Amino acid sequence: MGQQIVNGLFLGSIYALFALGYTLVFGVLDILNLAHQAVFMLCAYVALALVLHLHLPMLLAFPVSVAAGGVLGVLVERVAFRPLRGRSDSNISGLISSIALATVLEALALQLFGPDVERFPFGVVPDRSLRLGDAVVSELQVVIIAIALAMLAALTYLLRRTVLGRRIRAVAESPAAARILGINVDRVIASSFFVSSALGGAAGILFGLAFNSVSPDMGRTVELKGLAVIILGGMGSMPGAAVAGFALGLLEVFTVAKIGSSYRDAIAFGVLFLVLVVRPRGLLGPAALREA
Amino acid sequence: MNAESLRDLWLTYQSTVAFIGLNGLLALSVYTTLSCGQLSLAQAGFMALGSYASAVLTLHTQAPFPAVLLAGTLVPALVAVPLGLPVLRLKGVFLAIATIGFGEVVRIFFVNLDFTNGALGLVAIPQRTHVLTIYGALAVALFVLWRIQGSRAGYALEAIREDEPAARTMGIHATAYKLSMLVLGAALAGLAGALDAHFNFMVEPSSYSFGRVVEMLVFAVVGGTTVFYGPVVGAAFLTLLPEVLREVGGRIGLQPGPLRLFVNGLVLLLVILFLPSGLVSLPRRIRRWLEARRAAAHAA
Repeated sequence: MGQQIVNGLFLGSIYALFALGYTLVFGVLDILNLAHQAVFMLCAYVALALVLHLHLPMLLAFPVSVAAGGVLGVLVERVAFRPLRGRSDSNISGLISSIALATVLEALALQLFGPDVERFPFGVVPDRSLRLGDAVVSELQVVIIAIALAMLAALTYLLRRTVLGRRIRAVAESPAAARILGINVDRVIASSFFVSSALGGAAGILFGLAFNSVSPDMGRTVELKGLAVIILGGMGSMPGAAVAGFALGLLEVFTVAKIGSSYRDAIAFGVLFLVLVVRPRGLLGPAALREA
Repeated sequence: MNAESLRDLWLTYQSTVAFIGLNGLLALSVYTTLSCGQLSLAQAGFMALGSYASAVLTLHTQAPFPAVLLAGTLVPALVAVPLGLPVLRLKGVFLAIATIGFGEVVRIFFVNLDFTNGALGLVAIPQRTHVLTIYGALAVALFVLWRIQGSRAGYALEAIREDEPAARTMGIHATAYKLSMLVLGAALAGLAGALDAHFNFMVEPSSYSFGRVVEMLVFAVVGGTTVFYGPVVGAAFLTLLPEVLREVGGRIGLQPGPLRLFVNGLVLLLVILFLPSGLVSLPRRIRRWLEARRAAAHAA
């Protein structure tokens, strides 16, 4: 039981980080960025390359590749979203252009790194384990949960207490009003993409470390799980995405324990479907979600 | 060119020709719901239902092929009704996500279904689909969509796409139209699935993943979703392109898999950014550009 909870929180912390990036962009732009999974995957490769070829310690490789993820996010915005802004169907065409960009990035990863799963070298991550009541917890799991919680706290601080956070919230509320108040909307959107992709990239590195595998298609499943998480949490709601991320992690781990692993992936989509039909605003979403 | 070499040529390219037709049908199935402004990504799920329904019938009964095709078309269409009633109340991105969820649930269902060999799928399905059958089906689909465009129903769909509340105010029964188009799209995807199953000898769950439906969407968007034949043009273009690129890419040392993915993504990106009405609008664009240039030269 205790073991299950630890495993669930561990999986959930990765889902939560990934989904927060999704929902941050959705909250600001009302656009789903389906290239998020490509950033997730490429960041894991960047971290791997830094460790393998430049022999950086993980402690240094992690922040560098997270920053690289942020820069990649700004590029994604520049290429796939900015040119479409102001077009009447921009939320559907943005969805499609981000799928296109994700495909291009995945093809690049395939060409550069090959289709095979790559692993971090032995000893890069701590492999000792601790006992916590009746649960065995690896040091890596503790570190991953701690990093995820720290990033959640940093994000909350950024959005609630800093000037950039206030600007992001203003643009999310109404881009037109924000522009009248003298906010450089384009720059704020680019910053949200930076933050969002840094979070997604961090999730990717942690995922790669956690399962010790990095491959060009590693973002695919997480992408769809991330959709379930933001729907469950309520589109655009940051606390919702965090809570729902942990909830889905726990739900999946308990499903495997009680029903068996074959229906693990169906859980996320069952939940997603049910929430959309019964309560489209999700757990913590804003009350009015209907667009005209 | 003599008869012998013509036959060899046909044997080499027969399957490419067949895939153009099948992909055309799949692209049309995405187009039907897009034509009233709804992005449904459940199409791979519908295709799976059609493939499995038809393959099971062929393998376990003596049903004639037309009846098998009919079943492959009707099963997903019937499933689309109870799916569409709640789901079509959602709009835009929410509808897209809900239908992604449906598609994945269908795939996982077949992965876990022992009756159809789980993840291995069904094999040794007799080949009943002829290239002509595929093109017959494609012609019928195009005819139906051609008749819809420009009819009363066609204008209603266009009105819903441009502004649904306004269309409702004018007395257009938007829900009924959206549901009909979802059912029609499901039927087309199912028919393509049934034809595909009896052309490729096999059906396996992994071929109905999210990537498959993205591929269909790419065909439709690249070809153009403002006219009914656009998706077929896109499917033909993107099915032929990798064949050409395989030759070129091989010579400069690029692997065919990543190259195909890269080109698909790049073409989609360029089209959505610079040619929102798709490849079918290209001739008109070029003509207009030439006229503008001529006018400018004249003025100078």
